[in-house]
Amino acid sequence: MAARPAAARRSADGASAEHPSGDARFKMIDRTLKRFQYQQDALIEVLHTAQESFGYLSEDLMIYVAQQLKLPMSWVYGVATFYHFFTLEPQGEHSCTICMGTACYVKRAAEIVAKLQDEYGIEPGETTPDGKFSVAAARCLGSCGLAPVIVLDGEVMGRLSPDEVLDQVKERLASKKPQSVPA
Amino acid sequence: MNRVELQNMAQAETERQNAFRCRLLCCASTPCLSSGSTAVSEAMKQALTDGNLDAEVEVVATGCMGPCSRGPLVTVKMPGQEDVVYEKVTPEVAKEIVAKHVTQSKPVSENVLPADMPFFVKQKKVVLANSGQIDPERLEDYVARGGYAALAHALREMTPEEVCATLTKSGLRGRGGAGYPTGIKWDLVRKSEGDKKYVVANGDEGDPGAYMDRTMMESDPHRLLEGMAIAGYAVGADQGYLYVRGEYPIAAQRLQRAIRAAERRGLLGSRVLESNFNFRIDVRIGAGAFVCGEETALMASIMGRRGQPVPRPPYPSERGLWGKPTLINNVETYGSIAPIILNGPEWFSGIGTEKSKGTKIFALAGNIDTTGLIEVPMGITLREIVYDIANGIPDGYAFKAAQTGGPSGGCIPSQFLDTPVDYESLGALGSIMGSGGLVVMDERSCMADVAKYFIEFCMDESCGKCVPCRVGTVQMHRLLERITDGSATFEDLETLEELCVLVRDTSLCGLGQNAPNPVISTLRYFREEYEAHIKERRCPAGACEMNRIPVQELNTNSRVYSQNGAQAEPAQA
Ligand SMILES: Cc1cc2nc3c(=O)[nH]c(=O)nc-3n(C[C@H](O)[C@H](O)[C@H](O)COP(=O)(O)O)c2cc1C
Ligand code: FES
Repeated sequence: MAARPAAARRSADGASAEHPSGDARFKMIDRTLKRFQYQQDALIEVLHTAQESFGYLSEDLMIYVAQQLKLPMSWVYGVATFYHFFTLEPQGEHSCTICMGTACYVKRAAEIVAKLQDEYGIEPGETTPDGKFSVAAARCLGSCGLAPVIVLDGEVMGRLSPDEVLDQVKERLASKKPQSVPA
Repeated sequence: MNRVELQNMAQAETERQNAFRCRLLCCASTPCLSSGSTAVSEAMKQALTDGNLDAEVEVVATGCMGPCSRGPLVTVKMPGQEDVVYEKVTPEVAKEIVAKHVTQSKPVSENVLPADMPFFVKQKKVVLANSGQIDPERLEDYVARGGYAALAHALREMTPEEVCATLTKSGLRGRGGAGYPTGIKWDLVRKSEGDKKYVVANGDEGDPGAYMDRTMMESDPHRLLEGMAIAGYAVGADQGYLYVRGEYPIAAQRLQRAIRAAERRGLLGSRVLESNFNFRIDVRIGAGAFVCGEETALMASIMGRRGQPVPRPPYPSERGLWGKPTLINNVETYGSIAPIILNGPEWFSGIGTEKSKGTKIFALAGNIDTTGLIEVPMGITLREIVYDIANGIPDGYAFKAAQTGGPSGGCIPSQFLDTPVDYESLGALGSIMGSGGLVVMDERSCMADVAKYFIEFCMDESCGKCVPCRVGTVQMHRLLERITDGSATFEDLETLEELCVLVRDTSLCGLGQNAPNPVISTLRYFREEYEAHIKERRCPAGACEMNRIPVQELNTNSRVYSQNGAQAEPAQA
């Protein structure tokens, strides 16, 4: 357990961010496992915790979860890939999620995606090669009244033009650390 | 806690609230939070402290007040006076509200929303009655407004049969989309044999462009818990699951806190309200899959598996979670239960139309002036919603279509604006009531492009289990892509229509069966728009980039397609 990949750049917010070893993050998973008494039905909950702690689900991490729950790795992998929420790739330091739900689509959210693509050369679901910035697309964030909606480093923002979004992103990228995200 | 203690709690809280000279309600729902309501409430608190008004005036963080696009919203409540709602409140305006309205009773007129605005007048709040009025994090606030009285009444005065019969009599139908009579469903589960039964609340809300359920869960979590507990009593279940969409972290958090608060007071957990009824509720957080809104897929997901639907029957009422009888209802359906028990079924069936009773929450979005959340009596016309409540379409554009029901619904054109909104009328127009998303589009939206958008959605969200849905949606998307980029022929349109029927009739679950609806309905009402794309290679709305031309080879391909007929398609895909 000691030699976890250092690639897990984004760590959980708050106290555990101080533990680069990764051990503390495994404790979070163990806590969830215990809370659900190692029931196999709790797989999705455990994966939620794992992703929250590590930022993404690495193969190692999925094997660990599979062993703990006594499930075949294929089962864990099958569940992790079925749901959009789980990502198997490390995420950028900063992230921008663009809502592509109906209301936001009608309000031309696609133009925001195109703008970011022009600037950073990445499509939704991708991360810049330097690992600084990820773009994702969502299907409705439940704030349709403010369409088009984006989430920048965990902060919901509405009614921005593509240029304004770009300005916001540039500002975030220039600052060192992502602002803390409300849990 | 027992009934008397519940009443005492309500009374103590009411007295506490009445002791304030003024209460400032500040919306802390997601849309207002992102327009800056935190800074507003900070500014108000600071101004109150500066003016030494802390003891006389209370600032309350509430749930959604409705007109989200006008946020941040603040309501000023003074005993003996009408509530005053402020729109677009900035920290500066907040200070002014304290200085003028609170201290001198002079409203800051520029930001006041008139109380006789059609937005408020035309609504009827039943499920959302507490939304925007109470602090969702305080159990006492809910109890002071009659919370948990319905549960107490049901436990003491009614048998489970009577609860089911009351709901059947009220005419309540499921708000998750299909509109199945709720009382009948409860009775089925009640009669099912089983040593263990479950109650599930469907808060997956996958329809993009809709957020009724999120608002309900965030603004009035206890109402939902109370509805679920009554359901548990009625069907004989002692365990409930609340499945919350992963995109809604605030809702999940508030629900979890609400459950803990209710358990601490004995309103949930063992021996609810000192009766023999036990009921626990656990929250399960979704992980982003539209198909998990489908009931069998949702149950698979609760059990930690891939959210793939299974054929029904057996229905969940016979065999659901872990093979046990399971009641599954939408969040809004549970939200309607407590008022029906308290006010009686006749009261509820007095609202609405012949076959659709009560009220329905809609999330208004798209190209309209006032977007937000509304609750209207069934049978109101679309015109009233779009032009009165939402105040029409801004910037002088013309109404083109209203989309209801999301990816399973359809587009309703302007000639049907006077249709009453109820399950049957919307169904007759080729759309569905759906869960309550209502996206208005103006003349700048291209209907073929909108259809493509929804098919792309269904294509991405298809779970892949059955072939018609997995392959059919991909093919439909390809054809629509051709139509919107200018490379389609009339054969493509023909193939598209054939595929619509095939996918609709042969898919396993509601996702595939309803996926063609947006295409069918736009073809029905906007066929000439599709044809203009093909014949004139022109997008009348100016939304599509028609930068491709029909390729000879594609032509031949599509001819082979339609000659071979439907059976040949899966093989070619
Ligand atoms: C593809 C698909 C998606 C669905 N999504 C939802 C949803 O997001 N929320 C919901 O309450 N019901 C959804 N349903 C309907 C549920 O299967 C089920 O009918 C409903 O939860 C029953 O509750 P009700 O009787 O209260 O309407 C969906 C159905 C299908 C086929
Ligand atoms: S469609 Fe974007 S928030 Fe709902």
